[in-house]
Amino acid sequence: MKFAVIVFPGSNCDRDMYYAAKDALGEEAELVWYQDADLAEYDAILLPGGFSYGDYLRSGAIASTSHVVAEIKKQAKKGVPILGVCNGFQILLESGLLPGAMLRNQKLKFMCHYQELIVENNKTMFTTAYQDKESISLPIAHGEGNYYCDQETLKELQANNQIVFTYADNPNGSISDIAGIINKEGNVLGMMPHPERAVEDILGSADGLKLFQSVLNNWREAYVTNA
Amino acid sequence: MKKVKIYITLKQGVLDPQGKAVQDSLQTLGYDGVKEARVGKYMELTVEDGENVEKKVEDMCAKLLANPVIEDYEYTIEEGVTQ
Repeated sequence: MKFAVIVFPGSNCDRDMYYAAKDALGEEAELVWYQDADLAEYDAILLPGGFSYGDYLRSGAIASTSHVVAEIKKQAKKGVPILGVCNGFQILLESGLLPGAMLRNQKLKFMCHYQELIVENNKTMFTTAYQDKESISLPIAHGEGNYYCDQETLKELQANNQIVFTYADNPNGSISDIAGIINKEGNVLGMMPHPERAVEDILGSADGLKLFQSVLNNWREAYVTNA
Repeated sequence: MKKVKIYITLKQGVLDPQGKAVQDSLQTLGYDGVKEARVGKYMELTVEDGENVEKKVEDMCAKLLANPVIEDYEYTIEEGVTQ
């Protein structure tokens, strides 16, 4: 399986994402500079964390207007798995690939620590390796992770099982403790916590690896005969 | 040239933790009368004269300058200095 890790000016988790796909998972991965926008050859697209364009205007807003995001929208329509983590999630929100928006953390602090999460939906292509309601530990590192949407959108997210991860102990004021959501079609996942920073025990947790394994397993089942 | 002045504010009902911190600080300074503070953004654009300037500004606000999920915007379009 071949992963693209999109690199924007200001991305800073791109190497971690690359490491997770290439070394921890053991699949092919390439760092793709945002201006080299041909994504047709990749089986999955990873939008890493960081501070694209210095968080100017709003986190992810400037990146969402780039040509690579237009290309990502095309791949999203085709059903290609797309994962946005942290700033990558913010870019998915700003580009309209996922509903809602990010506000500054309720306590206005940049937060950087391990956080307990609950897997709310283990039926997505990103989460089948987890148990239903499994408690996992992933690092968070953000100043704007306070997810917000209107009540109507929230009801829709709940009705369609689009809330994939919640915080066991809400650190940022996020509505309904939301840590990660998926699109209705089930192939675009955005989350604030960093699975790519938790892919082997020596890093403090290997709970993030199952996310990448889920993507790989589901891709193999769909595209590789005799998998 | 037109001078466009854009004011972006968080929607009513969206919590503004930054505004709350500003309000608390003002109260610390003794300004007890401040019942609410909300922090927004102000932008100025200098735009070439042409057709549909207002429509274009409206689009710019909706597509990029403001995020309609959490923000409201207002703008004024004035005759600017010829450059």
